[in-house]
Amino acid sequence: MGKSINQQIVISGVGGQGVLFITRLLAEAAIMNGCQVFTSETHGMAQRGGTVLSHLKVGEFSSPLIRPFQADGLIALKPENILQHDSFLKKGAWIFVNSGKKPDIGFDAHAIDADALSLKAGNPKAVNLVLLGFALKREKVRQGKNKGLFCTFEDIKRVLAVQHKGNKEMLDASVRALETGYKVSVK
Amino acid sequence: MGRKKLMLGNEAIAQGLLENGCAIATSYPGTPASEILASLARIKEMNSLPVHSQWAVNEKVAFEIAYAGCMAGLRTAVSMKQVGLNVASDPLMSAAYMGAKGGFIVISADDPGPHSSQTEQDSRLMAMMAKIPVLDPDSPAQAKEMISIAYELSETFEIPVMLRPTTRVCHSRQDIRAKNFGSFERKADFKKDPARWAATPKFRFKLHTELEKKLEKIAAFKKTTPVKLNKKAVSRKAVIVSGVAAAHTREIMNALGLWDKIPVFQVIQPYPLHRNFISSVCIDYDEVLVIEETVPVIEMQIADRTRVRGKLNGFVSRVGEILPEAIEQMLCDFAGLKADKIAVQSQPGRRPTLCAGCPHRASFFAIKKAAPKGIYTSDIGCYTLGLNLGAVDTVLCMGAAISQAEGFYHAFKNESKRPDIVATIGDSTFFHAGIPALIDTVVQKVHFTLVILDNRTTAMTGNQPTPASGFGASGEPLEPVDIEALVKGCGVKFCKTGDPCEIKEFISLVKEAVLYARDKGPAVVIARHPCLIGRKSKDKQAKKIFVEITDACEGCEYCIRHFECPAIIFDNNKKRADVDPLLCSGCGVCVHVCPKKAIVMK
Repeated sequence: MGKSINQQIVISGVGGQGVLFITRLLAEAAIMNGCQVFTSETHGMAQRGGTVLSHLKVGEFSSPLIRPFQADGLIALKPENILQHDSFLKKGAWIFVNSGKKPDIGFDAHAIDADALSLKAGNPKAVNLVLLGFALKREKVRQGKNKGLFCTFEDIKRVLAVQHKGNKEMLDASVRALETGYKVSVK
Repeated sequence: MGRKKLMLGNEAIAQGLLENGCAIATSYPGTPASEILASLARIKEMNSLPVHSQWAVNEKVAFEIAYAGCMAGLRTAVSMKQVGLNVASDPLMSAAYMGAKGGFIVISADDPGPHSSQTEQDSRLMAMMAKIPVLDPDSPAQAKEMISIAYELSETFEIPVMLRPTTRVCHSRQDIRAKNFGSFERKADFKKDPARWAATPKFRFKLHTELEKKLEKIAAFKKTTPVKLNKKAVSRKAVIVSGVAAAHTREIMNALGLWDKIPVFQVIQPYPLHRNFISSVCIDYDEVLVIEETVPVIEMQIADRTRVRGKLNGFVSRVGEILPEAIEQMLCDFAGLKADKIAVQSQPGRRPTLCAGCPHRASFFAIKKAAPKGIYTSDIGCYTLGLNLGAVDTVLCMGAAISQAEGFYHAFKNESKRPDIVATIGDSTFFHAGIPALIDTVVQKVHFTLVILDNRTTAMTGNQPTPASGFGASGEPLEPVDIEALVKGCGVKFCKTGDPCEIKEFISLVKEAVLYARDKGPAVVIARHPCLIGRKSKDKQAKKIFVEITDACEGCEYCIRHFECPAIIFDNNKKRADVDPLLCSGCGVCVHVCPKKAIVMK
């Protein structure tokens, strides 16, 4: 891991799903790895149940926004987010989506039913972390080819430990949710 | 030097203020500026800094508090969103003449897009109108750096200085190194000088003359001179950028291979634009492209119109946020490159809606039941989203729900059929600008009903306290103000409080108020139920009522159209409504909404 990483990621969902939280975790992981980072977020009225969109740029960038056809990947907390934001994606980009079925789309797309899994795990608010765990699995599978996330499962676990410092209950629940997604195999 | 921290632009601004010894910071919440004061209050509390930070009742009051602090020689700052500056424009214009003693920074956050605002107005133009310098940061890191320059400018020339970040600066996060906090040793010291601090018109002329002299010097101030970013580039063309457009342009010029070819100048201080820069640009370059948001403030100051491409000749859009893809297109056109036409076609996103279980939804449902053919004036806040429910007809600006209700009353009062008029306003907005308007409706005996949506917080902007909360920006205990007493103090004779989530009783209460208003004059209902997001203590929540939908559902979609709760979804396969257990908050209000009684308690 080093400063040569350049990755642009779009993260989206609807207000209340925790898009900003996982954007933050990834950005903190970037700093931990010695990378420069930019995020751009949706706040205010749009956060009330509307579509929430984050841009995350890790590496040598000066603009906080991703241009069309430049993103390496998309993390979508609702299936509908794919058609809303796929114009940001470059050819061959990866998509990790919270959905019961794999989307039929011309990208490297993978689905996980994070709604059902988090409900089953008794932590319905942790859909975002289940999906993030699933996306991190991919990094392990095809590391080095910019085919997955720039950081690892362990990186995010370390960031969570800092974020939830002093709240062991919260930390354990978050790590469990992350693991729930991480354990699901990526086909 | 600490390690790098991930800082939101607004946090970086707060950090910058504290690194430079800001002793008084005030604000009224408004997107995208809200986190400036919230972060400052948090950081000062964590580090026990002797700083006064507060949410004021509105931006005008916030401005005047911070301004008086600088008159006493302290470094101070006031932050707000751009439309908040309209509210504070009265003291702004006058403070420019009287000037500052200690450093005084006015932070006005603009919202090109607009993402979360009524207008796309450019605060830099307000700075120009007031005749004060304005700095335009391109990133969180630069916004933080500019605080020190702003204080230096302010104290050198004894003038208020504006910092104008935009949404993309306020709501970006970047890795930034924090420095040590500044000194807070300075003692308050007010030197009486009535010819300045209480100037009559004769002295105002003198102050205006002095102000012009200050601006002359500021237009040559070294630290804010426009910077040529790419030293090597030589051309007869040049690009001038400021704010976040500078950040986009750097990245895109590199991507297009133009970085070493066309000179790029970043304007740090759009007003007053440096005199030498204006003349040299017109001599050194045949063609100049100016990219800035949202009004052509820099462009207007460059005198030679034949050389400039920008907003004035339509080369750059005069409306909306300038997205990086638009800049890419402009730069290609300007440099004579062929651009890949970027035709982006995406599905629109979901529109914002009130949260599942939001008490405002219940209030709006009751209002529509009580005055089905009424005119519904409303205001600025989460409850603006009542327009999705057909319960909001007008939204103008803070406090206007009440004065507009009065206007409609006067417009219709001679008609044979007068509509019921029901105004809605949030608790924080009522304090901010609703009170003078309410007094006016009492004086004029306006027949209307006001529903104060009292969710005990400033919800839309991130749950800041209101004057009724009894605590401040750092959670410190403060004196709470009683809304009922305030309403009665304004002279309102009918003032009753109810809980909108007790929907049946609440509908009766609003009906009673509407009937009273028809005959007698202003009636006020205080709809009190705490915001779901901002609740201080979980145990205060009422018992959750979980619901299900029975076979009595005919799929008429009445609940979807008139209640629009995100937790009630329409199942297109089954052609009936369904409840999303992940979203349902258990408020139980919907049980009383279905005309077929198909929504029942579990």
